[in-house]
Amino acid sequence: MSVPTLLLQIDGQPVRVKAGSSVAAALRLAGGMGVARTSVTGQPRAPFCGMGVCQECRVLIDGRRRLACQAVCTEGLRVETSE
Amino acid sequence: MTAMALEHCDLLIVGAGPAGMAAAVAAGPSGASIAVIDDNPVPGGQIWRDGPGASLPAAARTWRDALERHANVRVCSGTRVVAAPARNELLLEDAERGWRMRWNKLILCTGARELLLPFPGWTLPGVTGAGGLQALIKAGLPVEGERIVIAGSGPLLLAAAATARAAGAKVVRVAEQASFAAVAGFAASLLRWPGKAAQAVTLADPQYRTSSRIVSAQGGAQVDSVRLLQGGREEEIACERIACGFGLMPNTQLGRMLGCALTPTEAGAQALAVDARQATSLPDIHAAGECTGFGGSERALAQGTIAGYAAIGNKHAAKQHEAGRARWDAFAAQLHRSFALSPDIRRMPRPDTLVCRCEDVPFSALVDCSGWTDAKLHRRCGMGACQGRVCGDAAQFLFGWMPPAPRPPLSPARIATLAGLAGHDDVDRQ
Ligand SMILES: Cc1cc2nc3c(=O)[nH]c(=O)nc-3n(C[C@H](O)[C@H](O)[C@H](O)COP(=O)(O)OP(=O)(O)OC[C@H]3O[C@@H](n4cnc5c(N)ncnc54)[C@H](O)[C@@H]3O)c2cc1C
Ligand code: FES
Repeated sequence: MSVPTLLLQIDGQPVRVKAGSSVAAALRLAGGMGVARTSVTGQPRAPFCGMGVCQECRVLIDGRRRLACQAVCTEGLRVETSE
Repeated sequence: MTAMALEHCDLLIVGAGPAGMAAAVAAGPSGASIAVIDDNPVPGGQIWRDGPGASLPAAARTWRDALERHANVRVCSGTRVVAAPARNELLLEDAERGWRMRWNKLILCTGARELLLPFPGWTLPGVTGAGGLQALIKAGLPVEGERIVIAGSGPLLLAAAATARAAGAKVVRVAEQASFAAVAGFAASLLRWPGKAAQAVTLADPQYRTSSRIVSAQGGAQVDSVRLLQGGREEEIACERIACGFGLMPNTQLGRMLGCALTPTEAGAQALAVDARQATSLPDIHAAGECTGFGGSERALAQGTIAGYAAIGNKHAAKQHEAGRARWDAFAAQLHRSFALSPDIRRMPRPDTLVCRCEDVPFSALVDCSGWTDAKLHRRCGMGACQGRVCGDAAQFLFGWMPPAPRPPLSPARIATLAGLAGHDDVDRQ
């Protein structure tokens, strides 16, 4: 039985994920180690605590700032990594 | 004054982990109107986190089903607490809306978070918490084929290793800072808790080393190796990912914001103070689970059950569960003794190691600060998006600074939700 998947966009690039995946997982599938944002001194940062505490995974999801580790992917979601 | 929805319930439970679920199930048959809120997408808390990469144990399903059987229990997932706009009222927010919830009784089951400590390279993509890695994998993070080093302290390291391996990763090292004697003593003590001993056997790991700690992570855009110190010798291991956790810290923010008294735990952290019925220092507010000190899901379940009965006034039923709680309190005490952090761990940061990941504040900028307020006001440490949840715990461990009570908003919130605070002059708005 094949696992249901869905398609979303990360910074304009199409990414296919297993249904139920978090946006943090999708960031990793989009390439690299899942960079979500850039720090105040310009360093790349990726999901760190995995549980909604560190805020390192904040991205724009359909235009709203949310935590990638606590957001579940839905079909057609538009994710933008942030400054 | 904005027209923001105001809802009521008899009993509000914050947190749908083992403690919160048990509290709701105990209180359910009373018929009281009960709301359980949690910021995760589904109930289960940290240990029973669901997702495409999770295989939930039977216990998790049993508790979730029990929760669903009560028509008077409403579970609001993906919902976080923003502020306490008035007495017996919380301001809540989910992905769609903000609203006010008024309650007669409140049970705080806000759990724990990992103690994440700074070392050179800890901000590189590829470094996560140990429980954090577990959580990310359960939510679908692919780690197949990755070489992973897990470091820090406590049984959670082994649990994280097992989860990573089941997901197809190569766990190349598990570095535990506690000594062999301490870990062996802990393993021997497990005979008193047979269920735990069986669990420990399934987690035994050939890559496990004691008296071993992380020195640094190397890499350009992401992690490519880790340096470890073991028995005075440094060793470099190539890897794509490093997962580090140094134990758990009770999540006391909401309790502190409401004014609940704290008590020091054996592990040196601060937890919400509770009495035999899990009542906090404030009337009408109970607390259960790891926000009262960490000690595993069994203890959280026992405490949650007692809190649920106590909150609906069933003292007799609450009392029946006190022996079970005492058994798991003893387990927690053994855990804290065995995995106490060595003072060496304080030597991990170098002068240029960032302590505050949000505002990029290095260790060297903090060493001469007089305390948390000084560090905040003059170095911006803890002023970023995580509001000091990561660096505040780290600073408490490194410098002994006690973070001040959090101020609303408890977590970053939308303007429209914060507008719900309008008209409440007693609220301190940031
Ligand atoms: C990242 C992590 C992974 C872990 N993995 C394991 C494991 O695999 N095995 C194991 O034995 N133990 C694990 N633990 C230990 C675990 O915390 C406990 O054993 C158990 O889950 C504690 O139950 P609890 O109900 O007290 O808290 P939790 O399970 O932590 O539940 C608390 C819940 O409250 C929510 N919450 C907190 N504050 C708010 C708020 N303000 N608004 C809304 N919701 C809120 C949290 O998101 C969470 O869902 C882990 C701990 C952490 C931190
Ligand atoms: S990874 Fe820390 S908040 Fe999402």
